[in-house]
Amino acid sequence: MSANTYPPGLADGIIHSFDRKRRLAFAIPMLILGYLVYAAISFDISSLVQRARFDNAAVLLSDFWSHKTHVTRDNRSGQVTVAIEGETKGTYPDGMLPDWMDSTGGVTTIDLGQGHIVTYDDAGARYTVPGYGIIDIRPKDGKPVLTAPEPIPDWISVAPNKVSVTTEAGRFSYSRSKVETFKYQPGWELWFFTLDSPFYGKSMIQLGSLAISGDRIDPARSNLGYMVNEFWTNKMWRHGDVAWAIFETILMAFLGTMTAAIVALPLGFLAARNFDPLGPLRFAARRLFDFIRGVDGLIWTIILSRAFGPGPMTGAIAIAITDAGTFGKTFSEALENIDEKQVEGIRSTGANGLQRARFGVIPQITPILLSQVLYYLESNTRSATVIGAIVGGGIGLLLRKRS
Amino acid sequence: MADVAFGSEQGKRRDRLNDHETYLEMVRRKRMYGGILLVLFVALLSSGWLLADARNAGGFWNGLPQVIDFPAEVLAEAWAKRANLPGLFLDHVPALIETLNIAAVSTLLGTLAAMALSLLATRGLARWQALIPLFRRTMDALRAIPEIVIALVLIYILGGGPVPAVIAIAIHTAGSLGKLFSEVAENADLKPVEGLTAVGASWSQRMWLGVIPQVAPNWISYALLRLEINVRASAILGFVGEGGIGHDLKLAMQWGQGRYDQVVAIFLLLFLAIVVIDGVSDRFRHKLVKGI
Repeated sequence: MSANTYPPGLADGIIHSFDRKRRLAFAIPMLILGYLVYAAISFDISSLVQRARFDNAAVLLSDFWSHKTHVTRDNRSGQVTVAIEGETKGTYPDGMLPDWMDSTGGVTTIDLGQGHIVTYDDAGARYTVPGYGIIDIRPKDGKPVLTAPEPIPDWISVAPNKVSVTTEAGRFSYSRSKVETFKYQPGWELWFFTLDSPFYGKSMIQLGSLAISGDRIDPARSNLGYMVNEFWTNKMWRHGDVAWAIFETILMAFLGTMTAAIVALPLGFLAARNFDPLGPLRFAARRLFDFIRGVDGLIWTIILSRAFGPGPMTGAIAIAITDAGTFGKTFSEALENIDEKQVEGIRSTGANGLQRARFGVIPQITPILLSQVLYYLESNTRSATVIGAIVGGGIGLLLRKRS
Repeated sequence: MADVAFGSEQGKRRDRLNDHETYLEMVRRKRMYGGILLVLFVALLSSGWLLADARNAGGFWNGLPQVIDFPAEVLAEAWAKRANLPGLFLDHVPALIETLNIAAVSTLLGTLAAMALSLLATRGLARWQALIPLFRRTMDALRAIPEIVIALVLIYILGGGPVPAVIAIAIHTAGSLGKLFSEVAENADLKPVEGLTAVGASWSQRMWLGVIPQVAPNWISYALLRLEINVRASAILGFVGEGGIGHDLKLAMQWGQGRYDQVVAIFLLLFLAIVVIDGVSDRFRHKLVKGI
């Protein structure tokens, strides 16, 4: 019988608590939504959409899988230069031209593919676009004058001093001082060897046979060594520098994390309630950790880079200091949660404080410490990239210079 | 039974004297391995420091006395102009709020994404069992790309401002919280889920009513921890990219001498914000995980 008699108010209470939960289930998503709307307004999302340059995204994507070659003629001297990505390091030396272009007797012909042909000659320049016609440009009083089938489509832009044409095959522009054509091709050109290298343009099989047998190109060293050296010191891609930068970044993370752990372990003992009989010392150690963590890696990095200059050591010290604070806190928490029985056991054999710590405590906390340290090692490899961008070391610096 | 651990042959009476020898032998070997590892570790660490020192622009011993110089100079100037500080605080509060907003929004968005990803990637709970590896690898990938790389790419496309930082931090947060969330969800009790299945609940209802209430305390605790990390990350990204108090700090630093009172004001604001947020979140997490 008693199973059916509820204490008065129980049903009401349950209904009330259900109502509360239901209200919360609506209120929390509404709060989150409200906050996001506020953030969107304060971040000025609407103007962002207008400012965003999605053509930059297209450039970035196309750069990712392709490269472009600039064919430039200086209109004053008549000098034609062919350079990959327009960089001096990627300039074709005299007498060497890519197979899709031809330059003889003052007439330069560039085959952009799909029937698109660009010709530079003494009179000016012509661009033959299949399905449209010939775009002919002649300078008159120093200004380019355009002759093309009317109406002029919107992919040809005409300004008083410059005419530029953008098609799916490439880009072409004619200005007072120079005429320039960009040809886009898939692949990462010069990834292995730059143009001035004797190994440029050779196939894998040719390279293989050169490496194994073949006469020495440079009598002072073997072909294989020469090849590796040419690749490593590639001026365009700088494989050696990139590899060093990545190594430096990992080095920063490793040194910083390990040093922080070594420094934080004794300090952690100082800050743990069950090891440190001196209250003030414990208080001081804890406030030190809080201070270090509060000041934050960014500020430590700035201060240290003033003293030590850019480089991996500055980054390593910055990581070490920041993480010493974090480790100090987590280590002391781990130390406070240990099982006292083992320490008692060791104490009963007459061990002193150091021995108790070594044999009673360290074995207990080693797994926790190791997992912490490894986790931070992983996350610091990423922070080292950012710190490198600030102090100037490692891959972060390269990233920032290139972007 | 106990001798199984010592590895002596079964059915044989174990020789106490020999056991002692074996034990000592084991200890000796263990110590030797430990010693070798220690020597290796110390060698690696010290050679690493020497290498880092050699590749640094300024040497360690030259720089060491200068560590104090810069803070001392900054503090001295700020002390001389201490009357300006309250005004400077007020000037930079909007930037601080922007930094905190970046951190909060990115944590929120990252957490929401992590919730979905983690449930889809947890064995026993996933909507599509076959796609678990896909979602796991997705989380790994989100976690693996450094924030700064995403931020720099997005700054190039979207221009400056807080949004690139928000997206960059949110992506990273989704990856790292997703992993932690999924570890928590793996240990959830499946009985409520079965009960909900029995009454015909859909997958989202099962998750929302059966799993989320169980894991919420741990998830919120992890999300708060992440918020602490993200406040720092958003300050740093402001320094490298644009937006928030990090950017103000960079500008003040570039002005150099004469503006150090501003630098100190920003330092202090950032310091106080981090300490307060850490303190509040620490207390709240304690309450969530250990009960009231």
